[in-house]
Amino acid sequence: MRRYIQNFRRYPGSGLLHLICTVSMGLVAGTFLLLVGYILITGVPELKWSLFSLEYNSDNVSLFPALVNTLLMTGLSLLIAAPLGIGGAIYLAEYANRGSKLVKAVRLTAETLSGIPSILYGLFGMMFFVTSLKWSYSLLAGGMTLAIMILPLILRTTEEALLSIPDSYREGSFGLGAGRLRTVMKIVLPPAGSGILAGIILAIGRVVGETAALIYTAGTVGNLPDSLMSSGRTLAVHMYVLSGEGLHVKEASATAVVLLVIVAGMNALSAAVAKKLTKG
Amino acid sequence: MGKQFKEKAMRCVFCAAACACIIAVLLICLFLFANGLPFFGKVDALSFLTGEKWKPTNGVFGILPMILGSLYVTGGALVLGAPLAILTAVYMVRFCPKRLYRVLKPCVALLAGIPSVVYGFFGLSALVPFVKETFGGNGNSMLTACILLAMMILPTIIQVAESAIRSVPESYYEGSLALGATRESSVFRAVLPASRSGILAAIILGVGRAVGETMAVMMVAGNQARMPAGILKGVRTMTVNIVMEMGYAADLHREALIATGVVLFVFILLINALFSVLNRRQTQ
Repeated sequence: MRRYIQNFRRYPGSGLLHLICTVSMGLVAGTFLLLVGYILITGVPELKWSLFSLEYNSDNVSLFPALVNTLLMTGLSLLIAAPLGIGGAIYLAEYANRGSKLVKAVRLTAETLSGIPSILYGLFGMMFFVTSLKWSYSLLAGGMTLAIMILPLILRTTEEALLSIPDSYREGSFGLGAGRLRTVMKIVLPPAGSGILAGIILAIGRVVGETAALIYTAGTVGNLPDSLMSSGRTLAVHMYVLSGEGLHVKEASATAVVLLVIVAGMNALSAAVAKKLTKG
Repeated sequence: MGKQFKEKAMRCVFCAAACACIIAVLLICLFLFANGLPFFGKVDALSFLTGEKWKPTNGVFGILPMILGSLYVTGGALVLGAPLAILTAVYMVRFCPKRLYRVLKPCVALLAGIPSVVYGFFGLSALVPFVKETFGGNGNSMLTACILLAMMILPTIIQVAESAIRSVPESYYEGSLALGATRESSVFRAVLPASRSGILAAIILGVGRAVGETMAVMMVAGNQARMPAGILKGVRTMTVNIVMEMGYAADLHREALIATGVVLFVFILLINALFSVLNRRQTQ
């Protein structure tokens, strides 16, 4: 502390710059505390067991069906996006010549995909899956839409994880006479596993928080689905519907807490898994 | 055959998986343009883009209010959020004690991960009353949307700017220190200029996020489809226009909404192109 004051006396300009940076950081930290604090303080007292009852009706406003839908939606979109993303990343990192036209095209399109806002995904999902393929509002249509949305995220994180594996692993494997496929599957993928997992967990976080892409693809039915072709709302959509109606603000704030806990859990898990990777 | 065949087959499988991104982008372009462009055959494109009135029931489609709405709200969020985010990134890289950094970093990551409905809920129940009491008006206003969006783009800009500042070689900083500059002026005169394009890329990414944000903006902005009249008046963005009316729109109205999506898509493509150019310059 004394050093800072001394510094401030000798070089007022520099001291001021330091102060401005510190204040900015303080404001950002304050924003974080305000947001999280507000959600916890308003939401935690509203958590009741009736919110987790099996059936949704306008009396209990249960979020349990939405929770189940969220799990289904996450599973469905990962089922499609994870193999495509990981397979594509394997191709980019292990097979393709760096700088080939295909690689450039994949990079460019992946960048484009990650910049497209979720409402445009929703619009596309509605026109393609719901209208053209006649799936109507369904979990499947929502899951497919979200799969496209998280594909670039999984592709990029997997590619980064694969590129972080030293080339000596590959050379050693080739030297022992293993083919490329065996090298990838047995030598390169296992140590990259936790990096890939960290990316997938981040993708789960995005699926859990998504709203705009789901309203016109998966619909807003509040109950448990009969099949993949029936409409169902995820937790985030559930929360949007509740706060939009204006009647269930308490339940909405309780749902916000559940969402926040899930997202924070996913972030922590992803960071922990990624740390394991750097430790080796 | 066995092994050789398996190698070749798996190579094809991986290659096909890599092409999924290309196919997805092509499909999205195809469907947006195929469904949106016919609208311009029926309604003059110029009057669509520059029309000041949006009255779908009367067949009047002008999205200038929404385009301006998106631009104003994004601009406001940038003015409030970007300087704060960049200075915070500077602090995190250069001035932050290690123990504080270990807390701060996950907090920023969590801010980035919080769903936009949760931001929207916070805006609706905390920011709207706050703006109403402090600045007047009914609270659902452009200002509220700007503040909320500024909060939302903070983590995006901080994360990208942080890695841009970190990518500047340590020798720049040390060289400046050796010439007798203070720590602060070394950071601001030597390190920051070198990470200029990376920081600009961070801001552009923030712009992309702000332009595309839907749910949070819809919950606080008032959403009147008229020309923006002031920072305490309601405003409607392009994204909100789509999501609010898509549920019941039919025929020409529906096509007009998809055409709004096309305009938004073109905006996003331009922003993306700018981002990747700047990003490439930084890594070089």
